[in-house]
Amino acid sequence: MIRKSFLSLLGMCLAGTASAEWALNMPRGITELSLETYNLHMMVFWWCVAIGVIVFGVMIVSLVKHRKSKGVEPAKFTHSMTAEVIWTAVPVVILLIMAIPTAETMVKLEDSRDPDLSIVVTGYQWKWHYKYQDSGVEFFSSLARPSVEARRKLSGINPYDVENYLLDVDNPVVVPRGSKVRMLFTSNDVIHSWWVPDLAIKKDAIPGIVNESWFRATETGTYRGQCAELCGKDHGYMPIVVEVVEPDAYQAWVDTRRDDASRVATAQ
Amino acid sequence: MSSTVADALDHHDEHGPAKGIGRWLFSTNHKDIGTMYLVFSLAMFLIGGLMALVIRSELAVPGLQFVHPEVFNQMTTMHALIMVFGAVMPAFVGLANWMIPLMIGAPDMALPRMNNWSFWILPVAFGILLSTLLMPGGAPASGWTMYPPLVLQTGDAFPFLIFSVHLMGLSSIMGAINVIVTIINMRAPDMSLLKMPMFVWTWLITAYLLIAVMPVLAGAVTMLLTDQFFGTSFFLAAGGGDPVMFQHIFWFFGHPEVYIMILPAFGVVSEIIPTFSRKHLFGHDSMVYAASSIAFLSFIVWAHHMFTVGMPLTGQMFFMFATMLIAVPTGVKVFNWVATMWRGAMTFETPMLFSLAFVFLFTIGGFSGLMLAIAPADIQYHDTYFVVAHFHYVLVPGSIFAIMAGAYYWLPKWTGHMYSERLGKLHFWSSTIFVNVTFFPMHFLGLAGMPRRIPDYSTQFTDFNTIASIGAFGFGLSQLIFVWVLVSAWKGQKATDRVWEGSHGLEWTLPSPAPYHSWDTPPKARIANEAFE
Amino acid sequence: MTTHTDEHYYVPHGSYWPVVGSAGLLLLMVGVSTWLNGAGAGFYIMLAGLAVIIFMITGWFGTVIGESQGGLYNDQVDRSFRQGMFWFIFSEVMFFAAFFGALFYARNMAIPWLGGSSNNFFTNLLLWEGFESSWPTNGPGDVGGEFEAMPPFGLPLINTALLLSSSITVTIAHHALLAGRRTQLAMFLGFTFVLGFVFVYLQGVEYVEAYQHMNLKLTSGIYGSTFFMLTGFHGMHVTIGAIMLTIIFFRVLKGHFSREKHFAFEAVAWYWHFVDVVWVGLYVFVYWI
Ligand code: HEA
Ligand code: HEA
Ligand code: CUA
Ligand SMILES: [Cu+2]
Repeated sequence: MIRKSFLSLLGMCLAGTASAEWALNMPRGITELSLETYNLHMMVFWWCVAIGVIVFGVMIVSLVKHRKSKGVEPAKFTHSMTAEVIWTAVPVVILLIMAIPTAETMVKLEDSRDPDLSIVVTGYQWKWHYKYQDSGVEFFSSLARPSVEARRKLSGINPYDVENYLLDVDNPVVVPRGSKVRMLFTSNDVIHSWWVPDLAIKKDAIPGIVNESWFRATETGTYRGQCAELCGKDHGYMPIVVEVVEPDAYQAWVDTRRDDASRVATAQ
Repeated sequence: MSSTVADALDHHDEHGPAKGIGRWLFSTNHKDIGTMYLVFSLAMFLIGGLMALVIRSELAVPGLQFVHPEVFNQMTTMHALIMVFGAVMPAFVGLANWMIPLMIGAPDMALPRMNNWSFWILPVAFGILLSTLLMPGGAPASGWTMYPPLVLQTGDAFPFLIFSVHLMGLSSIMGAINVIVTIINMRAPDMSLLKMPMFVWTWLITAYLLIAVMPVLAGAVTMLLTDQFFGTSFFLAAGGGDPVMFQHIFWFFGHPEVYIMILPAFGVVSEIIPTFSRKHLFGHDSMVYAASSIAFLSFIVWAHHMFTVGMPLTGQMFFMFATMLIAVPTGVKVFNWVATMWRGAMTFETPMLFSLAFVFLFTIGGFSGLMLAIAPADIQYHDTYFVVAHFHYVLVPGSIFAIMAGAYYWLPKWTGHMYSERLGKLHFWSSTIFVNVTFFPMHFLGLAGMPRRIPDYSTQFTDFNTIASIGAFGFGLSQLIFVWVLVSAWKGQKATDRVWEGSHGLEWTLPSPAPYHSWDTPPKARIANEAFE
Repeated sequence: MTTHTDEHYYVPHGSYWPVVGSAGLLLLMVGVSTWLNGAGAGFYIMLAGLAVIIFMITGWFGTVIGESQGGLYNDQVDRSFRQGMFWFIFSEVMFFAAFFGALFYARNMAIPWLGGSSNNFFTNLLLWEGFESSWPTNGPGDVGGEFEAMPPFGLPLINTALLLSSSITVTIAHHALLAGRRTQLAMFLGFTFVLGFVFVYLQGVEYVEAYQHMNLKLTSGIYGSTFFMLTGFHGMHVTIGAIMLTIIFFRVLKGHFSREKHFAFEAVAWYWHFVDVVWVGLYVFVYWI
C-alpha cells in the first residue's frame, strides 16, 4: 500500500514536469539566464528522480520480499565498509556534476557590467517606485484599481471577474527588447523583494543598501511578478508588471513620459 | 553517615510518585517530566495546527473571506513559532527524558531539578507568546524569522515576543545540558560511547547543537530589542549596521535548528526500523559519523536562506557547495536504513509504518532541499510555496511522523498497555494520504510563482490551493484519531516487558510500565543486550 | 537503606524552587515588557519578578548547599555538576559570540560595503555618497552625532590588569584549597572579589566619562552599539561573578569545601576565568585593534 501511494506521488510529479506546463513547473522565461536557470532546475530534478527511483526501488523490493509473513529468516549482517564507501563517494561525484554548470551560471548572474540602461527600483510599503537613471523618467507603480476593489475582505467581487487579479498595476515598467538592463534595488522602509519569474530575477530591496541584478529580454510581452519578501500587511498586494517592447516603442514611451513630467513641472 | 542523610536517602529512594498536583509541579522524575513535555507538545501541536487551518481556510479560494491580511500574517508567524518551539522541540525533549535514562541504564536525568525547571519555563514562554494575540496591534506578524526592520513595526507584542524567545532558549539550553550530562556521566558502566543506542547518539549531537545555537538566537533577538528601545544601530544602515546582519545571525541559529528538529527523528526511526526488520541497525558507527558530519556542516551553510540578499559571489558559492555536501551524510543515513531493512523479516506495526513513511517522505523533502541549494534555481524558488513544500515535507512527515512513530513504539513501555493497532493503522493511513494531498501540490504552486506569506492570490493558483486546504483539514481530523488512540490505550491490553518481538536494548528489560525509579543500581549493558541476541 | 555507596545512584527529591523561578520569570518578563511599552507599573512588576528570582536562587542554592554539606552527593553527582557548569559556560560563550560576530560583521562587511566595496558600489554612490569606510564609526548617517572612541590605554588597560591579576589570585586560592591552607584560600578569594568589584566600579567611571565627555553613547551608531553591548554584558557577568565569589568567600569562612570536594568553588573559578577570557577578547577587538 505504501508502494501505491508512493507511485501515485511519483506519477503526479512526472506528469507535472513532462507536460512542463506553466502552472506546474518553473517558467522557462525570456532571458538567456532564465533558461539556464530552468535547465539547472530540471537537471537537479532529474538527478533526484533517478536517485529516488533507485533508493525507493531497493526499499520497495525489500518491503515486498523481506517480510516476516513470507517466512524469511532475518540475515545477520550488520555493516559493510565497501557499501559505506560506495554510497558516500557516488553522491559526491553526482554533486560535483551538478555543481559545475551551476557555478558557471552564478558567475554570469553577477555580471551586471556595461548595461544599456539602468533602473533604480525602490520598495515602499506597499508599492514600487521606478527611476530610469538615463532618461530621468520616474513613477510609482501600485496595485491596479480593479484588484484593489476586489481584494477587500468580503468585497463581494468575484476575483475571477477581475482581469489579472492581484497581478496588475497602474504603471508598468517598460523596457526595450534586447538591451541589457541593470536593476538597482533599495527600499524606503522594510525589506521587499522584486521578483519576476520570467526574468529569473528575485532580489531583495533593503533599506540603506543597493543591490544589483540584470537581464536582457529576448521576447516582447507583458511579464508579471510579485513582492517576494514579507513586508507587512499588504505584502500580497504589491505586484510587478514589466512590459518588454521593441526599442522604438520604448523610445516613444520614454518621450511621452518625459513630456508628461515636464507638463507637470511647468504647471506647478 | 548522619541520620538525616539516611532519612533523605530513604525518602527519595523508596517512594512512588507524590500525590496531587505537587507530583507534577515539583517533580524531579524523568518520566513525569517527560510526560509533561509530551502532553504540552501535543497541546501546542493542536493549537499551532488550528492556526494552520486558519491559514488554509483563507487560502482555499482566492479573495479574502475570513481574516484580514494582518491577522493572516499573525497566524503564519504564530503557527511556525508554536510548531517549531512548542511542538517539535518539546516533543523530542519529552522523548529524551523518558527514554535516555531507560536506554543507558540511568536512574533519572543527571540534573533532575533543573529538568523540572526546563519544562516549567515553557508554559510561561508560550503563555506570554499566546497572550500577544489579544494585545493592541495583535500578535507578531513578521514571520517566524523576525527580520528587521519589519519586526520593529510589531505593536505592543514586540517585547513579549523577544522575551518569550529568550525563555524558550533558556529552557532548551538547560534541557540540552541535562541531556549531555546524563549521557556522558550516567551511562551503565560497560556501555561505551559507540555502543550507545542510535537515539541516544542523535540526541547527544542535537544537544550540542542546541547549546551552540540557542544563545546565538538569544543574542540576535536581544539586538532587536535594543535597536527598538535603546537606540542601538545593529540593523540600521545609517548607523553603520546592516539589516542583513540579523539574517546572518538568525540563520546561524536557524539552520542548525532545522537539524535539531530532524536528528532526534533520525534516532527514533533508527530504533524502530531494526526492531521491525528483526535485524541490527546496519552500519551503526557510520550512522554516528554521518550524524556528526551533518551537525558539523549545519554550522557552515546558513546563508543558503539568503541567496537573494545580494551576497558577494564567493559567499554564495561557498554556502551553496557546503549545503550540497549535506546530502552526502544524509544519504548515508537513508542508505543505512534501507540496508537495515534489506533481507530482514519485516512486519508492519504502526510505529514501523510511520518510520517507513518517514524514510520515503523525508527523502522527498531532502531532494527538494537539494534543489533549493542550487543558488540560481533558488532565486526562483526562494520565498515561494516550493520552500513551504520543502520544509513541510521534512517537518511534518519528517519530524512529526517520527515523533508519532516513537509515541506508538514506546507507549506500551510508558503505560503498560497496548494501543489499538487497528486505530493506529487508520491514523497512519489517513495521515499519510492527507499529508501528501496537503503539501505535494505546494511544489507546483511555488514553481508556478506563488509567493509564500500571502493571504490572497491570483486566480491561476486556485486549484492546487483548494486541494491543499482539503488535505490540511483531512490531516487535522486524522490527528483526532491519534488523540483517541492515546486516550483509549489507557484501557488497552496489557503489554509484555519486551513488547515487540524484535526489540533489543536496555529499556525492554524493564517491566512495562517502567517502574517509577527505573534503575536503582547501574545495570550491565552487555548482559542486558545479550539477553536478546 | 543504611549505606551510601557510589554503586547506588543519587536522585534528589522534588523541589518547588523551579516553579518559583518560573513564576519569577513570568513577573519579570511581563514587567519589563509592559514597562518598555510605556506602562509605568511594569517597572514594579519587574522588581517583584527580580525579587522572586533572587529569592528562588538563594533558596535553591541554599538547599543544594545544605545537601552537599550533609554529604548527600557522591562523586557522580559532583561530576554531573561540573559538566553541567562547563556546558553552561559554553552556552555563555556562544551568547557573547553573537555580539562579537556582530562586531566583526559590521567592521569587516557592513561598513566597507556602505563605503562602496565588493558588490556595493551603488550602495555608496546612490545612498551614502561621500561615506568612507573606517573604524570607529557611527555610520554614514552620523547616528548619535560626533563622538570620541574609547582609547585602549588608561582605564581599560588598568581594568585589564585588574582582571588578569584576579584570575591569578583565584588560581592561588584554588591551590591553597587543594593544599589545605585555609587562611591563604580566604585571603586570595578576598582579593579576587575585591578586584572584581573595583573592575566594575572603574567600568562605571568609564561609562560616565563616555556619556558626559566623549558623547559616546549606546546610540552612537554601530560603534556605540557594539561597544556598550559587549562591555555591558561583560560587566554584568563580572558583577554576577564577583557576587558569587563573595558568597564562596563567606562559605569558606564557614568552613565549607574540602580538599576533595569543592565543586561550587571550582565552578565559580571557571566562571571567573571565562569572564576574564571574554575580557581579553574585548580588550583586543573593542578597545585596541
Ligand atoms: C527538519 C527540517 C529541515 C531539514 C532536515 C532540511 C534539510 C535540507 N534543507 Fe531545508 N529548510 C527547512 C527545514 C529543513 N531543511 C526550513 C524550515 C526552511 C525554511 C525556513 C524559512 O524560510 O522559514 C528550509 C529552507 C531551506 C532552504 C532555503 C530556501 C529558501 O528560502 O530559498 C534551502 C536552500 O538551500 C534548504 C536546503 C536544505 C538541504 C540541502 C537539506 C538537506 O539536509 C537535505 C538532505 C537530504 C537528501 C538530499 C535526501 C536523502 C539523500 C540521498 C538519498 C542521498 C543521495 C542524494 C543526492 C546526491 C542528491 N532548506
Ligand atoms: C514543525 C513545524 C511545522 C508543522 C508541524 C507545520 C504543520 C502545518 N503547516 Fe506549517 N509552517 C511551519 C512549520 C510547521 N508547519 C513554518 C516554520 C512555516 C513558515 C512560517 C513563516 O513563513 O514564517 C509554516 C508555514 C505554513 C504555511 C505557509 C503560510 C504562509 O506562507 O503564509 C502553510 C500554508 O498552508 C502551513 C500549513 C501547515 C499545515 C496545514 C500543517 C499541518 O500539518 C497541521 C496539522 C495539524 C492540525 C490541523 C491540528 C490538529 C487537529 C485539531 C486541532 C483538531 C481540529 C481539526 C479540525 C476540526 C479539522 N504552514
Ligand atoms: Cu513588499 Cu512584500
Ligand atoms: Cu537551512
